[in-house]
Amino acid sequence: MRRALLPIALLLTGVAQADSSLPASPLAYTQLPDPDQEAQAKALMETLRCLVCQGQSIADSDADMAGEMRALVRQRIAAGEPPARVRKWLMERYGDYVTYDPPLSWITAPLWIAPLALLGIGLLIARRLFRRRTA
Amino acid sequence: MKKLLIWLPLGLFLLVFALVVNGLIEPSDRIVRSAMIGKPLPAMQLPAIVDGKPGIDTAIWPKGKPRLLNVFASWCIPCVAEAPQLLKLKRAGAQIDAIAVRDTAPAVQAFLARNGDPYARIGDDSAMRAQLSLGSSGVPETFVIDGRGVIVDQHVGDIRAEDVPKLLAALEKAR
Repeated sequence: MRRALLPIALLLTGVAQADSSLPASPLAYTQLPDPDQEAQAKALMETLRCLVCQGQSIADSDADMAGEMRALVRQRIAAGEPPARVRKWLMERYGDYVTYDPPLSWITAPLWIAPLALLGIGLLIARRLFRRRTA
Repeated sequence: MKKLLIWLPLGLFLLVFALVVNGLIEPSDRIVRSAMIGKPLPAMQLPAIVDGKPGIDTAIWPKGKPRLLNVFASWCIPCVAEAPQLLKLKRAGAQIDAIAVRDTAPAVQAFLARNGDPYARIGDDSAMRAQLSLGSSGVPETFVIDGRGVIVDQHVGDIRAEDVPKLLAALEKAR
């Protein structure tokens, strides 16, 4: 009897909450009235990483924290702050990881230099091959 | 030359093998740590969330002694798991303040009644602004603030029994 009751009891329990039940800030899901400012905010949000769901931008994510980050971006841009400053504010707190457009540094330099180096090597190989054929 | 080239595939295989084994033994770290360590505590004015316990105002942050700043929420399950460790830290003499993230007064009250109350002050961070300004990326997290009000350390995730001596040592070092 007990064994039969256990699954039923489990079905009756509630779901463990892993997110707040508070409603999200109004600006998390509402666009700014000024379309220019909204466009700026949207462009910035697409370059910011959601810290909870790390493959997504905050523009794409439904996580609580992404919503609050969107509200923060919209609030600051509505107050007249340039997007670059909002981005800098977040980078000061979370490091370069928070942006999908990391600044040029010793760590990111290979990303910029490698394609140029590969192109150079390709040109060298092509030149050698063409020379051999004409010779 | 040819004799050497014959070893090339084996060499490449060993390289890839080493990469995979390394990834298995030491999986990459996905924790986002705050970039605020070494910087002064950002300005925060958080109202009180439960009766009889002040909120958090960095303008009157008590200087002189290092403190812990715990970012928690009543809806966060690992926060329940770390509650006994926070009580242990308090018994060992640690001063602990808290930021309640996106929470309500009755929920926090019930959480404290059920899991114990190690906090001197609790600030209400309903819109996550304080959490974002600390560079915290989730709950629970615990910051070590030194006597001058500078963030000196961060513990990400729930505090386990083995983390208690580490945090006490960090507090001692921050003195």
